[in-house]
Amino acid sequence: MPQDSDRTLPNRVPTNGQLLSMFERMLTIRRFEERLGEDFHAGKLPGGVHLYIGQEAVAVGVCAHLDDRDRITSTHRGHGHFIAKGGDPKPMVAEIYGKRDGICGGMGGSMHVADVSKGILGANGIVAGGIPIAAGAALAAQLDGNGRVVVCFFGDGAANEGVLMESMNIAALWQLPLIFVCEHNGFSEFSPSDTVTAGEIRERARPFGMPAELVDGNDLVAVWRAADTAVDRARTGQGPSFIEAATYRIRGHLEAEAHFLSRSYRSEEEVERWRRNDPIDRLSGHLLSSEICSEAEISAIEAKIGEAVEEAAAFAEASDLPDADRAPALMFAGGPAEAA
Amino acid sequence: MARKRLIQAINDALHEEMARDPKVILFGEDVEISMFGDTAGLHERFGPDRVRNTPISEASLTGMAVGAATSGYRVVLHMMFANFIYTGFDAIANQMAKLRLMTGGQIELPITIVAGYGGGRSTAAQHSDTPYPLLMNLGGLNVAVPATPRDAKGLMKTAIRGRDPTVFLEAGGRGGESGEVPDEEYLTPFGEAAVGREGTDVTIVAIGSMVRPAMRAAKQLDGQGISAEVLDCRTLVPLDEDGILRSVAKTGRLVVVDEARDRCSAASHIAAVVAERGFASLAAPIRRLTVPDTAMPYAPAAEKHLLPNPEKIVVAVSALMAGSAN
Ligand SMILES: Cc1ncc(C[n+]2csc(CCOP(=O)(O)OP(=O)(O)O)c2C)c(N)n1
Repeated sequence: MPQDSDRTLPNRVPTNGQLLSMFERMLTIRRFEERLGEDFHAGKLPGGVHLYIGQEAVAVGVCAHLDDRDRITSTHRGHGHFIAKGGDPKPMVAEIYGKRDGICGGMGGSMHVADVSKGILGANGIVAGGIPIAAGAALAAQLDGNGRVVVCFFGDGAANEGVLMESMNIAALWQLPLIFVCEHNGFSEFSPSDTVTAGEIRERARPFGMPAELVDGNDLVAVWRAADTAVDRARTGQGPSFIEAATYRIRGHLEAEAHFLSRSYRSEEEVERWRRNDPIDRLSGHLLSSEICSEAEISAIEAKIGEAVEEAAAFAEASDLPDADRAPALMFAGGPAEAA
Repeated sequence: MARKRLIQAINDALHEEMARDPKVILFGEDVEISMFGDTAGLHERFGPDRVRNTPISEASLTGMAVGAATSGYRVVLHMMFANFIYTGFDAIANQMAKLRLMTGGQIELPITIVAGYGGGRSTAAQHSDTPYPLLMNLGGLNVAVPATPRDAKGLMKTAIRGRDPTVFLEAGGRGGESGEVPDEEYLTPFGEAAVGREGTDVTIVAIGSMVRPAMRAAKQLDGQGISAEVLDCRTLVPLDEDGILRSVAKTGRLVVVDEARDRCSAASHIAAVVAERGFASLAAPIRRLTVPDTAMPYAPAAEKHLLPNPEKIVVAVSALMAGSAN
């Protein structure tokens, strides 16, 4: 195997076509989630939603390097990862409505959207729960030996769970094809990150001998390039990497928070400052100023996504509820395959 | 037929299943050298890809089992002592037992978690727990607790070939009981209790390491003119409710012997099932023999004092037959 230093790591930039399709993906996430926020406040959703708004460049910039064979694990804030990895938003919305045609038959809801056929092992309601699952999937990918990789998305809050240390050790020890992507969005629930997290999170990876990089998570191209290098490493048997993406959660921790929090935990000015650093606005600004596309093309993309959102919402509303007695039958796949 | 120890029978099952299916992988702490002997020789035979030592990272290992199982592998995860299941409990309780439902049935999780359980060897409170009640309550796990080498082998094979997660608890690190093991290939079905001994006066339902004392007690009771039927649950999930109810319908009396702590024990569950579904056949109150709700002490006499044994079973059954509560 080539030494790390001998190998030329890719120094690519996305093509214009790639930029456009990533723009469309980011905007898709944004518009679907805005709708889910409205639906929540209109009382249409049985459960809560944690919106990814403001972080879209991370999921999209990373997942652009993956195909269906590759796997991701996600978090409670998982709609963006789901759509970025190629999940169909229509059954995702139906899932969040708790309907039969939901991607998980209405059994999982917002915090568990998963499409295994697309390599989406699922959002996860347990903070850091996806980290060891990703390590196990990466072990499987390594045993398969066909270049598949696994990406594990988690928040800065999750970085304080012990499993991260365990899984980084195992991934580095076994040189697993795993990319740790920490989305540092400023908060661990309602606690500002610096009140609960010591030091720099990415520095936790380095003692394991893992390359670790800080990127501007609101800069799609920066995320794309960091992920390009990390995915290339993983695909070519050079082991795990760590990416810390600095970003910001624009919406609440969950949409319901205004109903139960007695005070605010951040200033309106801070949120406003980050709104001006919106990853989608930054990308569209770049697309226009570099003449990669025109205003008219962007409007056409908007219109297309708007239709898809309407269609998905109508689909979700029209879908029936799952049978009330469905759950017990889903606990087990069946008796042991060859018993009796 | 060959006489084997329980651990040897499990080792045979692992060798046979790994040879049969290249998708079976096994990992855990010190599985290469094999402290209990159950994984002995696997690393040498199947290589480091399929059999490997891991760091001491239980919380991640259980999650990794889930991740590898979602990717087409049949995972055997050795947790060493059952108490360490607590350290790795998050992914067992929150992922393994729930992921199939949460994904609407998109995945199967063929995972076998192996651990040695139970007291009696002065391993003290943190190495002697019997955690199956907790595991039974999760809903999404099979729980196998073999008592004999024959069943240990057959249940292990069924677990590995299964499509769902199973926790397979080995009674004690003492090499286990010895017994006859068939030479030919066989699988032991889940959810079918074994009749250790037929009888007509009282049903003694026993679990794992409690089967042997129950059998001894039954023999002694025979000398007193009491005919005891002994049922070995073999699996607690699925539980052979019908088999237990059939036996109680015949005998009219039930004693459950369980090494778990009393409160919410497996015995409590079995007693509840019979009280609900078989009340009409009961000629006497149900009696549970369990371990008091204490941590397991180290000193041999203090530990022995807590565990059910043949004498305690004989006393309980005799009292039941005599119509007194104890
Ligand atoms: C094990 C666990 N502990 C606590 C929670 C409650 N909780 C849900 S989200 C969250 C904050 C997570 O912060 P972070 O990982 O930074 O993700 P973010 O919400 O910022 O996307 C907490 C504490 C949980 N779901 N799981």
